[in-house]
Amino acid sequence: MEELTAKQLRDKIASGQIKSLDAVNDVFSRIEKYEPVIGAYISTFKEQAIEQAEQVDKKVSAGEPLGQLAGVPIAVKDNMCTTFGATTCASKILENFHAPYNATAVEKLIAADAVIIGKTNLDEFAMGSSTENSGLKKTVNPWDTTRVPGGSSGGATASVAARMCSAALGSDTGGSIRQPASFCGVVGLKPTYGRVSRYGLVAYGSSLDQIGPVTQTVEDAALMLNVIAGHDSSDSTSVNETIAPTYDYLEKLNEPVEKLKIAVAPQLNAGADQQVQNTLHEAINIYKNLGAEIIEVKMPHLDYAIAAYYIIATAEASSNLARYDGVHYGHRTQNPKDYVEVYSKSRAEAFGQEVKRRIMLGTYALSSGYYDAYYLKALKVRNLIRSDFTKAFEKCDCVMMPVAPTTAFKIGEKTSDPLQMYLSDIYTIAANLAGIPGISIPCGFDDKDLPIGLQILSPAFTEDKLLRIAKMYEKENNWYDKRPNI
Amino acid sequence: MADLQYKIIVGLEIHVQLRTKSKMFCSCALEFGAEPNSRVCPVCLGMPGSLPVMNKQAFEYSVLAGLALNCNIPMFTKWDRKSYYYPDLPKNYQISQYDLPLSEKGFIEIPLESGETKRIRIIRAHLEEDAGKNVHSASSYSQVDLNRTGTPLLEIVTEPDMNSGAEVRALAVELQRLVRFIGVSEADMQKGHMRFEPNINMKIIRNGKEYRTPIAEVKNLNSFRALERSVTYEAQRQLSEFLETGIEFGMGNKTTRGWDDEKEMTVLQREKEEAHDYRYFPDPDLVPVELTQEWLDEIKSRLCELPLKKQLRYVQEYNLSDYDAGVLTADRATADFFDEVVNAGGDPKRVCNLLTQTGLKITKEKNCNITDLPVTPKGMADLAKMVDEGTISASSATTIFEAMVQTGKQPDVLASELNLVQKSDAGELESIVDQVIAENSEAVADVISGGKKEKKARGFLMGQVMQKSKGQANPKVVSEILAKKLK
Ligand SMILES: [Zn+2]
Repeated sequence: MEELTAKQLRDKIASGQIKSLDAVNDVFSRIEKYEPVIGAYISTFKEQAIEQAEQVDKKVSAGEPLGQLAGVPIAVKDNMCTTFGATTCASKILENFHAPYNATAVEKLIAADAVIIGKTNLDEFAMGSSTENSGLKKTVNPWDTTRVPGGSSGGATASVAARMCSAALGSDTGGSIRQPASFCGVVGLKPTYGRVSRYGLVAYGSSLDQIGPVTQTVEDAALMLNVIAGHDSSDSTSVNETIAPTYDYLEKLNEPVEKLKIAVAPQLNAGADQQVQNTLHEAINIYKNLGAEIIEVKMPHLDYAIAAYYIIATAEASSNLARYDGVHYGHRTQNPKDYVEVYSKSRAEAFGQEVKRRIMLGTYALSSGYYDAYYLKALKVRNLIRSDFTKAFEKCDCVMMPVAPTTAFKIGEKTSDPLQMYLSDIYTIAANLAGIPGISIPCGFDDKDLPIGLQILSPAFTEDKLLRIAKMYEKENNWYDKRPNI
Repeated sequence: MADLQYKIIVGLEIHVQLRTKSKMFCSCALEFGAEPNSRVCPVCLGMPGSLPVMNKQAFEYSVLAGLALNCNIPMFTKWDRKSYYYPDLPKNYQISQYDLPLSEKGFIEIPLESGETKRIRIIRAHLEEDAGKNVHSASSYSQVDLNRTGTPLLEIVTEPDMNSGAEVRALAVELQRLVRFIGVSEADMQKGHMRFEPNINMKIIRNGKEYRTPIAEVKNLNSFRALERSVTYEAQRQLSEFLETGIEFGMGNKTTRGWDDEKEMTVLQREKEEAHDYRYFPDPDLVPVELTQEWLDEIKSRLCELPLKKQLRYVQEYNLSDYDAGVLTADRATADFFDEVVNAGGDPKRVCNLLTQTGLKITKEKNCNITDLPVTPKGMADLAKMVDEGTISASSATTIFEAMVQTGKQPDVLASELNLVQKSDAGELESIVDQVIAENSEAVADVISGGKKEKKARGFLMGQVMQKSKGQANPKVVSEILAKKLK
């Protein structure tokens, strides 16, 4: 059953060929087998999942209308609020936090009859690129268990790669869906900022965060986007349908984009590992063979993307994470001397190193006397990056580049050098700063048999086209058939 | 003895709670006195993952208040986060407005005791969310009630244009009337709907040299009395402190003080205003508000003649006393009703008397608005006209007014039902007058002789006529007939 994509499984469940209950049981037997090695999940909900599956099976036999994900086992990154289980953000400070509501994206999954299997590991509060910053557990890469799965949605991508679920929801603030997707050889889509409601996604960098699917195929990504996209009146930054309508992303998925124009930025790609560059080249050649025109663009301001990102994201984070203070919920220190100690000790005890580092960075960037030099300047850079993309998109349908400079690195390799770790986000961050959609699809393996991803970026709210472009490539190869040997 | 002149200088920050149904960024109900932490949701509790959504009504109320304060309303305004840690602030930041408030550079006219008005400049008015309430228990812990968290507050900041406790009070009172009048706040002091923070210092001229005392900010005053007294007290305190120490205003020597209601004095809270760094930055969870001309015009159309202007007009145009004009403009409903009655033909003075002496007594008893009574402006105007035309006496008007409230009937119907129509028929009244003249020759002689007793005698004859007509004779007509007959 693990051979089936989410879409195939849903169709078989809907047609009565497979029972959702069997699919769910199958997933849980895989979880029992592989989870002790992989460590993708912070929590799983077997009983509830079986109940949900049985309900879907009942609906099928009663001939009732079925949701788009009927009976399909789905995992959710543990920074999205759920009324069931805890919502930990992989942080000790929220280890026992039970949310009183479901995130809108989770509500939409449930409404689409998906079966929620469990909640996946991440870097604490989604801050990191390897999932090593999780305050609760360690996740490894299913392709090589001595390596990181990438991050911060490493639990989600590892669980999809190991087929411990059919698909998952991740979140992407600076590459947190796309980079681990590339490390784990799965598809990861970061939608346009505002396309998917952030309500119930525990905020890291509010102006950058976006929920998106982690899947086995492009088709599954389209299916998942169908379910989660759309305006939400609870999120002021989610975009109104009248301004940017959502589509049935599956409808024209198989239609190639005519007269496709692809832009590449050679000076940018030069920084990547040679094997990554070669693979990118081959991928672009496939498009060329399909009739695409390749043009070169300069995106001069992308050099400053990392610097701008680590100011904006940490500034927002320093404010977003102020609420974890031990007063109202979450970890509280024992026997505080006064209320100031409730704050300082609770936070000192429960936040991890990286979270503390980013809170300090952000607090500094927003401090009076530094605001103009850092935060304001970063916003200006952000605007320049936006206009780099706007200019590029005047000449092309999409920009292609690597997802990450390297394939999955060794566990512990970069933990002592945060700057080195930050640099692994170099290709993904710009899309968040510009608010545009980006997808990572498997496009080959390096000499260590580690997956490499191809990143495609397109203008805001053109996920329909982006998915079609990705699908054009996917049809030409069978990368996704290759499975990790755990 | 040194030559000493001084002047107190006060600027005011006022927080006004808007009377929206729900909170500023969530749909929780605004309710005074509800059980602690019963009017809360993930948004106002600052739960992980929750997001604010702007209350449009609160925004429109604020713009309306800005317009009433003669402010500039920018077409673009945004939300900022103000960071500080306090247990009553669940997110540990407050959503407020920093560099682009929704209104700025306005003024308000305040009435002075002299009968003149004074213009106080408004620096800005912006919208923000309120914090919760810390409840300190006697033991080693405190509790937090978050019902109030997220309540929409309009913060109004004036220039330091006030020069006495009385002026500060006048501004506060006028502002209360204004926000009630335009319907944006109940401005109920008992419920903490208005809170004041005056910034006070003294300008002192001694031997021709000018000095300024350090500024003191008095925190969280919630009554007019405390506001006025704290300002007056602070002026005296700063003056004596200056004479004693000579310390002048300087960077970083602003102090924060509180008002002790029992001792009637201000007390030091914070010596040096800590250089608070609130780390303001634009709230990424909210989109900026862009007003359109159409939207602004729509809000403008809700504006009415403002109370002070109305009050002055009543005095000038209608010759009402300042006091009566003040009573009529204390709230919008009464003022609007009064205007409608006058428009329907009621004599302003007559209507004013009926309203202030009878109408408002009834509404006070019933604890309702004048418009809640079953009396239409037309009915009220008719009643006033009946008095002026002599159809009924002024005292009967009160009786009829009360009957109108009880029965909802028209005044002319009630006048005849209650037998209060005055006899104005000259023929009928003439025979009564003739009778009285015939019966009271002594008084008649006094009137005709025109001596000291004339006035009294005339009054006596009038009284006799009224008595014979059982009080229904129209006194005006009677006195005309008497005058004619006793020439
Ligand atoms: Zn609420």
